[in-house]
Amino acid sequence: MNRLPRWLLVALAIGPVTGLAIFYAWPFVTLLAEAVTATAITDTLSRRSTWEIVWFTVWQAVVSTVATIVVGLAPAYVLARFDFRGRTVLVGLLTAMFVLPTVVMGAAFLALLPDSIDRTVWAVIGAHVVFNLAVVVRVVGSLWEHLPTDMEAAAATLGASRWKVATQISMPLVRPAVTAAATIVFLFTFTSYGVIRILGAPGTRTIEVEVWRRATQLGDVGGAAVLALLQLAALVAIVSWSTVAQRRHARAIGLLATSARRRPRTSGEYRFVALIAGAALLVVAAPLAALVLRSFSTPTGWSTTAWTDLGESEIRPGIRLGIDPVEAVVNSLTNAAWATAFAVIVGALASLAIVAAGRAGRALDGGLMLPLATSAVTIGFGMLITFDTAPFDWRASWWLVPVGHALIAVPFVVRTCVGVLRSVDPALVGAAETLGASPVRAWRATVVPYLWRPLAVGAALAASISLGEFGATSFLSRSGGETMPIAIEQLLGRTGSVLQAQGFVLATLLAAATVVLVVIVERLQSPLAGRAGR
Amino acid sequence: MNDHPGLDLEGVTVSFGQLRVLDDTSISVGASEVVALLGPSGSGKSTLLRVAAGIITPDAGRVLVHGVDVTARPTHLRGVGMVFQDNQLFPHLSVIENVAFGPKMAGVARSERTERATRWLRRVGLPGFDDRRVTDLSGGEAKRVALARTLAAEPAVVLLDEPLTGLDRELHDRLADELATILRDTHVTALLVTHDRDEATTIADRTVQLADL
Amino acid sequence: MSSRVTPSSRNSSLRGIAAATVVALIVVACGSDDDSATTESTGIPTADSVTLVTYDSFPEADTSLNDALDSFTADTGIDVEILSAGDTGTMLAKASLTAGNPEGDVMWGIDNTLLSRAIADDVFEPYIAGPIADGSVEIAPEFLDLVPNGEATPVDYGDVCVNYDIEWYAERGLDPPSSFADLVDPAYAGQLVVQNPATSSPGLVFLLATIHEYGVEGWQNYWSQLGANGVEVVDSWTQAYYERFTWAGGGPTPMVVSYGSSPPAEVIFADPPRDDAPTGVIEDTCFRQVEFAGVLRGTDAPDAARQLVDFLVSDEFQRELPLNLFVYPTNQAVDLPQQFVDFAVVPDTPRSLDPAVIDAERSTWIDEWTELVLG
Repeated sequence: MNRLPRWLLVALAIGPVTGLAIFYAWPFVTLLAEAVTATAITDTLSRRSTWEIVWFTVWQAVVSTVATIVVGLAPAYVLARFDFRGRTVLVGLLTAMFVLPTVVMGAAFLALLPDSIDRTVWAVIGAHVVFNLAVVVRVVGSLWEHLPTDMEAAAATLGASRWKVATQISMPLVRPAVTAAATIVFLFTFTSYGVIRILGAPGTRTIEVEVWRRATQLGDVGGAAVLALLQLAALVAIVSWSTVAQRRHARAIGLLATSARRRPRTSGEYRFVALIAGAALLVVAAPLAALVLRSFSTPTGWSTTAWTDLGESEIRPGIRLGIDPVEAVVNSLTNAAWATAFAVIVGALASLAIVAAGRAGRALDGGLMLPLATSAVTIGFGMLITFDTAPFDWRASWWLVPVGHALIAVPFVVRTCVGVLRSVDPALVGAAETLGASPVRAWRATVVPYLWRPLAVGAALAASISLGEFGATSFLSRSGGETMPIAIEQLLGRTGSVLQAQGFVLATLLAAATVVLVVIVERLQSPLAGRAGR
Repeated sequence: MNDHPGLDLEGVTVSFGQLRVLDDTSISVGASEVVALLGPSGSGKSTLLRVAAGIITPDAGRVLVHGVDVTARPTHLRGVGMVFQDNQLFPHLSVIENVAFGPKMAGVARSERTERATRWLRRVGLPGFDDRRVTDLSGGEAKRVALARTLAAEPAVVLLDEPLTGLDRELHDRLADELATILRDTHVTALLVTHDRDEATTIADRTVQLADL
Repeated sequence: MSSRVTPSSRNSSLRGIAAATVVALIVVACGSDDDSATTESTGIPTADSVTLVTYDSFPEADTSLNDALDSFTADTGIDVEILSAGDTGTMLAKASLTAGNPEGDVMWGIDNTLLSRAIADDVFEPYIAGPIADGSVEIAPEFLDLVPNGEATPVDYGDVCVNYDIEWYAERGLDPPSSFADLVDPAYAGQLVVQNPATSSPGLVFLLATIHEYGVEGWQNYWSQLGANGVEVVDSWTQAYYERFTWAGGGPTPMVVSYGSSPPAEVIFADPPRDDAPTGVIEDTCFRQVEFAGVLRGTDAPDAARQLVDFLVSDEFQRELPLNLFVYPTNQAVDLPQQFVDFAVVPDTPRSLDPAVIDAERSTWIDEWTELVLG
């Protein structure tokens, strides 16, 4: 595939590279410029609240991570080692919770918890745990599933009871996976934004939330920029440390090629599996059920008013909330459609270029992954303060929000497509060429057709990301152009009013849309999994 | 009921789905006797070992260790040690920690179990290997550690699953002699399965064909 | 492996769906450009429509205020779209971030406490309203002095004061509070809802009132006590008044930061009708607030915007202010309606602070307040 002519590679890569440069690199530089002024730095770093916020961000992330690991280990073990009826459903449910928009998770917990716990740190941590359970189950579970069971049998022949086997052998062996999962969960909870804004009390602020508050409420752009870069530096440090630590502790274990799952054999095992799987099901299903239920609860009792009168945001004659829920739905759908279109086009071009271009392709791949490492708030904030002067004053453009969403979605499209494209047998291209096709034609006929299905998966992922995106949109959306997540956040804040019930209605709709998209992705992907030779 | 010391498997039947792997199979190993079970690959001899160890539950049959019916007991309470074909050394523990694992599970104090482990390592010809990582060992060294580990736990019965399969010729022959010596010197009751007739005659007191059982 | 599977016919149906989606998108995008208010500023100039950006308590339809705007449209042919942008603090923050490429053409509602920030952020295009320039509309010099260069146009004024529910206190045999000190009395614990000064202008004004009372060094202590006494904080006046206040919102708190002119509203909208005010005002807490309107810098309909500003100070429009926004008109020629005269509370000596001091200390004060009250 490196025999493709250079002009083709350039033509493929030019779009993605330009897009990345304009919409990611340039805002990043602007952010740096805003932050690196003496006053901004000294003011922000000398303010006591800055360090209190940093401390809180770290503290709640650590507690959330530990709690998620502790809660998730038993379900990870059960789902990795045992086959039982409903297993795939449970795994699917856990995954669905993971891709749920943050505002929906916040709304679900708001609906679930009694008012006394609402808006406390514990509500936030609880939401974090449920969100990230899937990470522990999948990351740790996938290692556990392939651990040689004979090692545990060997320990048993040496006199180790079930408990001793678990603590002395199994735990140490899955430790690399636990560390990897913990790092991922820590990164997600460190940059937590939507959950904090919905579930946290007004004073609960992580660095992300404070960046938003400083920039949009207090107009302190410099201070917000300093905080954003502070967070970025922390993220880079954590990721580097974890990569180094993992490499040092990497050890070769002879993993099984096939899964070691089996049906529970003894009645003790049956009870154990039932207990853990049941508890896991409850933990993930309860918030969603509470969400749907609350959408029918109005201050005057149970009714479908919130559903039927969606769009009626009147508080007093002539006075409305200012956000029309129905309009928000339309805005979200429009944004999602455009964001998906952008992400799919850019993602397709980039994937083809990455796979065809060897080393340069890897650089492009890494570059396109950068927006994932940068928080959504930072991306939106950067775009807002960059594109505000003619001739680049794009703040009012209809396409700015979809572009922001596409930036975040492209990495997912690329990962899906590159994986499939790379598994195409290169001999096919050679075969086509021996039949007389030019390199370009051979490539087009044998490689490109494999792009369509992963692209469809990427499209579904991009759509669900766009629908649920909250961080970047908090900065980029204009009055009248609010999306569903923004409308949900506004509506849920009106405690004790029918407007809050409307917030739950919107959250339910968003949850349903996400679940449908996840199901589509799973359906599209299963034939892929078999084909890629896993 | 110690009138029949050693290992007895009586009427063991195991089916995996429709496939019947073992059908009413019985075998006896006397005290301090080393018996080799011969059979081609896939004939079910490893399965028989795993039934004895308690890793596989048979559809029918009994397992007796030194005359005690342990069929209902979990593996760790049977007093049965096993050397696996691929060793199954614990990669997160050092060599000495691997060998001392059995005594540790039995509650032996640290200094005593370290001393015991060191002795066993010397016995299998690996003095000074205490602090090595198991991932750094050669095939022969790993096999010896696996053997030391099983024996250090002082089990009533030792099971060996194709212990020398896969080693190169020279190593194979050398280890076969050493294995025979160690098993004899320690007076263990042992059942080993293999498909190599010469290996069986070198190591064991008595050879049995699975097909005859 | 891959040789067994070929791109199946399923792809052609996927392609069909993709094509249909693209067509639909183009249709929607073209459609939305024409009639959405926010795309006024994307460069599609239409001289017959202006967008009035205002706070969320400004009625969008169905009141006499809106009727007045309709007659403006009838006279000039210019449509007025109302864009509600949250409470004033939120509105200003968005205006600052979009300065030069605004979300509308005219902004109504920046008050004297936030004006300096709006000017510093270049939100407005200076314009002296025609009727003021030629003297046909008279506005008190104290208001015009606040905008010496025509940075914005003063349109209404009032006093931000703590309101209380008379019946609620009567039912419990409690004397309603009558001073700042009463608000931190444990007898009145958990009975007050205030607004966040970062997002709401009455919230900011109330904060300034406490600073006026207790001084630059003492207000922090007062707010600690308020916090300890269970004060509730929400983001906007609408939320506080229409959702948390016992009388107007059916909520749990009998005291709310609102306006000296809120009681007349309760008389006017009372159902069944009544002839006494159900809410009272703690005069001690009142602080003077002046509101302004202005042309947003960067609007692509400057002429129409100026015409609207001219209309906003005219007799016809200002006449409707008291009974709809519950504020006093700056146009001195307008007579006040009788209910206003009867029930509105105007303190003898309203509090105020030097605008220069407010400008200098505002963000520090808001920061300190946030740390103190929200934690």
